[in-house]
Amino acid sequence: MKTLDQIEKELMQTVAGIHEPPAGAYNFRVNGKSVDRQSSKNINVEPQENGLIITVKADTQDEVVHIPVIISKTGHKEVVINDFYIGDNADVTIVAGCGIYNCGPENSVHDGIHTFHVGKNAKVRYIEKHYGAGPGAGKTLNPVSKFYLEKGAYAEAELEQIRGVDSTNRITEAELKDGAKILIREKMLTQGRQHAKSHIETILNGKNSVADIVSRSVATDESRQEFTLHIEGNNLCRGHSECDAILQDNGAVLATPSLDAKHVDAQLIHEAAIGKIASEQLDKLMSLGLTQIQAESQIINGFLK
Amino acid sequence: MLQVKNLSFSVGPARKRSTILNNLNLNIKPGEFVVITGPNGSGKSTLAKLTMGLEKATSGQIIFNNQDITDKNITERAKLGIAFAFQQPPHFKGVTVKDLLQISATGHETFLEDSETDYKKLIETVGLDESYLEREVNNTLSGGELKRIEIASAIARNAQLTIFDEPEAGIDIWSFEKLVQVFKKFRDKAPERALVIISHQQRLIKQADRIIVLENGQIASEGHPDDVLPQLQEAGS
Repeated sequence: MKTLDQIEKELMQTVAGIHEPPAGAYNFRVNGKSVDRQSSKNINVEPQENGLIITVKADTQDEVVHIPVIISKTGHKEVVINDFYIGDNADVTIVAGCGIYNCGPENSVHDGIHTFHVGKNAKVRYIEKHYGAGPGAGKTLNPVSKFYLEKGAYAEAELEQIRGVDSTNRITEAELKDGAKILIREKMLTQGRQHAKSHIETILNGKNSVADIVSRSVATDESRQEFTLHIEGNNLCRGHSECDAILQDNGAVLATPSLDAKHVDAQLIHEAAIGKIASEQLDKLMSLGLTQIQAESQIINGFLK
Repeated sequence: MLQVKNLSFSVGPARKRSTILNNLNLNIKPGEFVVITGPNGSGKSTLAKLTMGLEKATSGQIIFNNQDITDKNITERAKLGIAFAFQQPPHFKGVTVKDLLQISATGHETFLEDSETDYKKLIETVGLDESYLEREVNNTLSGGELKRIEIASAIARNAQLTIFDEPEAGIDIWSFEKLVQVFKKFRDKAPERALVIISHQQRLIKQADRIIVLENGQIASEGHPDDVLPQLQEAGS
């Protein structure tokens, strides 16, 4: 395995919570190359053109696969295609995420396309953290996540853009069969002149399928965010989407929800709230002894927790 | 401990100025339990907010422990030893009840240590079970639950002066009886601390050392509950 330098280790720790090879299956990708890879008894990690095929055996229980991506070379641009096949009744956690450190003049770009085929009654928890650092020109991350859930399958996606990403165009799509359920929790923080777009589209085809989507974001400085949340109900199903955003300075957020109920028993709900931190919240925390800056930080950290 | 000198507070444009508090003077001594009562719009909550720094006085002075705090902000007043329980506490998405109590108990002398038992006891004191500690302070809580959490957060500060702005608002009668007990215990636990409650409730008023009745932004009467309550009842207040 290539030895990670300090910056790469820190990026790895930030996006995947590790800096050493973990137990179980994993793949470490650094500057476009797989530098270390391991399969486990139940999870097979094999290369394909521009990415990986990860296969989880049916009935696998409580296993974790780590597939972090690190870019520390300025100007590096890549498209990564990872396909996941989760066997029936399996229960697995996938820790992905990408960290870019850019200290040079050229834009560094990671486009990741992840497709999840989740078998009958299988459960998958997908954790994706995106982070950018360094004084260089640009850190661009464009993730695409597609979930195909079989009968009774369950997926939980935690999609987090921590900070430092200059531009992102995030696409998350899901199609659910009977009794399937998906929870999507998106968190995003933008600063400076950063720009972020997120499109989440869920199609509830199955009877008793459920989608619960919560997007929380904070737009500070001159940054701008755009969200489109779409739920389509084609059966007896329930869908809920919530888009909350806090604005600071000259931050701007455009949220465009859409609900498309094509079945009489489809129950679809959307909630949205965008605004600055309420003065009552600041007053309350300041009355407990926090300064205004500490209170703002507490509110934002809690909001994005 | 607390001296309010010639305090006035007005709102609205110059031509239609409305005076909420008019040259008000009062003192609160260490260890005193004072209930401030009076009709709606008499200036009770405004006085409480001015003391905490949530509103800025039009004129006058507020002295706390011999220090002029009139121009100090909310944080500075909190650090000097004033705690405040809001009449309408705000929601916080992503902040748990325990987070809030921990913030309340941080940075000053408190009876709470960083142990699960202390927080559990405190939340039980206000009539909620320990499962609430992990709940978010958001709109899934009822108004009554939120109010009890607010009271717990003010108690956790163990401040020299604690002000409760209409703690009974939004709390049902059964819970209110418990609340009266909470204030009794709070007072017994720290008899040197001063307690000011803005309230209309006679059961709370009866517990006080002194009642101050506000009307039209001024003190209409004050004294021991045995003396003032009959006057209030007579006036139908």
